[in-house]
Amino acid sequence: MLGFLAFIPRAVAQGIPLLFGCTGEIVTEKSGNLNLGLPGVMYVGAISGVIGSFFYENSVGAGEVNAALAILIPLMCSIVGSLIMGLIYSFLVVTFRANQNVTGLAMTTFGVGFGNFFGGSLIKLAKTDLPSISLSKTSMVFRSQLPFAKSLGVIGEIFFSYGFLAYTAVIIALIVAYVFKKTRVGLNLRAVGENPATADAAGINVTKYKYLATCIGCVIAGLGGLYYVMDYACGIWSNDAFGDRGWLAIALVIFTLWKSDLGIFASILFGGLYILYLYIPTGMEHMEFKELYKMIPYVVTLVVLIFTSMRNRREDQPPQSLGLNYFREER
Amino acid sequence: MDSKQKEPLIHLTKRGGVSKKKAMMIRVLAVIVALIVCAIVTGLTTGINPLGVYSSIIAGAFGSARKTWITFQDVSILLIIALSLTIAFRMRFWNIGGEGQVLMGGLGAAACMICLDGKLPNAVVMILMLISSVFLGALWGFIPALCKALWNTNETLSTLMMNYIATQLVLFFTIMWEVPKGSGKIGIINQNSHTGWLPQVFGSKYLLPILVAAVVTAFVYVYIKYTKHGYEIRVVGESPKTSVYVGINVSKVFIRTMLVSGGLCGLTGLLLVGGINHTLTSTIADGRGFTAVLVSWMAQFNPFAMIVTSFIIVFMDRGAGEIATQFDLNQSFGDILTGIILFFIIGCEFFINYEIHLRKKTTKKEEAKAC
Repeated sequence: MLGFLAFIPRAVAQGIPLLFGCTGEIVTEKSGNLNLGLPGVMYVGAISGVIGSFFYENSVGAGEVNAALAILIPLMCSIVGSLIMGLIYSFLVVTFRANQNVTGLAMTTFGVGFGNFFGGSLIKLAKTDLPSISLSKTSMVFRSQLPFAKSLGVIGEIFFSYGFLAYTAVIIALIVAYVFKKTRVGLNLRAVGENPATADAAGINVTKYKYLATCIGCVIAGLGGLYYVMDYACGIWSNDAFGDRGWLAIALVIFTLWKSDLGIFASILFGGLYILYLYIPTGMEHMEFKELYKMIPYVVTLVVLIFTSMRNRREDQPPQSLGLNYFREER
Repeated sequence: MDSKQKEPLIHLTKRGGVSKKKAMMIRVLAVIVALIVCAIVTGLTTGINPLGVYSSIIAGAFGSARKTWITFQDVSILLIIALSLTIAFRMRFWNIGGEGQVLMGGLGAAACMICLDGKLPNAVVMILMLISSVFLGALWGFIPALCKALWNTNETLSTLMMNYIATQLVLFFTIMWEVPKGSGKIGIINQNSHTGWLPQVFGSKYLLPILVAAVVTAFVYVYIKYTKHGYEIRVVGESPKTSVYVGINVSKVFIRTMLVSGGLCGLTGLLLVGGINHTLTSTIADGRGFTAVLVSWMAQFNPFAMIVTSFIIVFMDRGAGEIATQFDLNQSFGDILTGIILFFIIGCEFFINYEIHLRKKTTKKEEAKAC
């Protein structure tokens, strides 16, 4: 039992980057853009934050960091970085009507390369003599918990032991769910994703909605990268450490059937599955089975994808025009 | 008074058809602009003289005989994967599971090499390797195709998931077969007996994949253009409704085509494991399943144009690798340059497919006429 309680906070910490990515991708996909560049966007979001905070920490030197600046600078850098990625994608896909799969994959190539290159060469390029990128001061600020968390025992451990970005992720997911379900903007956006020609006829500015949704989605996803490096990885950047979490976030979108409020629990579940192997006694003899446990999220997603297409319920389907571009004069 | 809405500043129309020469010119122009941007980016981030960058890139790809051979070997591997994906793309089936299909092919080959070493004659092992790798690759193509045929499951997402299932399976077997125990690596398989090592052709260890790539290119070209299967694939791709009307069994075409597509990817896995690396790792496909999508698309699904596009990608990648080692930078620099070039090539398709009309300045006379 105690083991399980200790498991939950770690599953949540694993799940938060996925939740950011999943929510961002849901917003993007609801506008009909299948952004396969999500892993790249998350890398860029992470490394942009790292670059910002790296220069800030360097300028401060050995002194104390200002808590507000230590959060604001990486946060703004991360947002700008992923926003640029979102703009590149929307420009190519919405304005230039390029193939979405191809553009997305190119973005992933670029973004992951960008992250690994600057992660690996930042120290050399900035001509400092540090051994590695370790932003412990910034990370401390990002990981600061609520003051009463420690005094609440197990409950505090499960609910209040995270940095502020974790709560932001949950709040954003709830807001997104609310916007889609209850507001006019959400309805319009859904219309754009389902049938842009109809939306256009109803007077909705399709281009504007697609641009906004894709860029906002990218910014949200980029925050997932920032959370990963600043909070989960304690401010230490190592190349390729982020791994395939971006793809896992895309899997989550399917798993949750494009519902971001479900995403909160699903991402924690996936986060748990991601580290489940650490808690299942396989013995040192059979380390190979942990790889099979890591396979579970993907298999589960595939099964969900197949089941929803089998049942063919209309509300569970992907947005109808997902992956297709809209050109008004082509009817 | 003037309540009349202005005509929009930019007006787009779809081009009916563009001469091949003009389309080619636009593409070449895009690549040149991309190369210039790449040089500027390299100069800004690393402080290297942009002209020096290109001489290093050429040195990286063709600096020595060995480097040249490896460049062509890499081109051919990427080409085979792109060709196999193309077969599926021609019927608008977005197979982005090349990565997984290659990995499964590699797994099949490695399994035969490891388990049958010394038990069967070398020739038999090789035939079994061929069968098992093509079979496993085809199986990885078959599952998404079956789901698409039966329940119209989104194939982009299902093939994507199959990639990671394959990766984890390979990791599972890597640890099962690891040598020595606990290293997490298989190491060179059959280092002494050379069982299952694909033969050298004409005394060169680099030539086999290149020959296979040539054969596959010709095969895919003929298969799509001159066979009944190819015709059915093209009809399904152009219009599924038409194909139902003319009596083509769409489900059957999906499944059959993906078996071929996956099988060819599996064959690439065999080449990688049996012919080039002689080992199995989860990164043996090295993202080429995804890069191949770009290669195929950039070539507009034309098998011969793919030779050029895969060459551009490999050339830049190896060149950037050279820059990275020469200037002591991170290897990922190549990905950034490749990404930039891709953005430009993707963007330039717009100018091929669409025509831009700027708003004409209306003269007084015309305005009067309009009133």
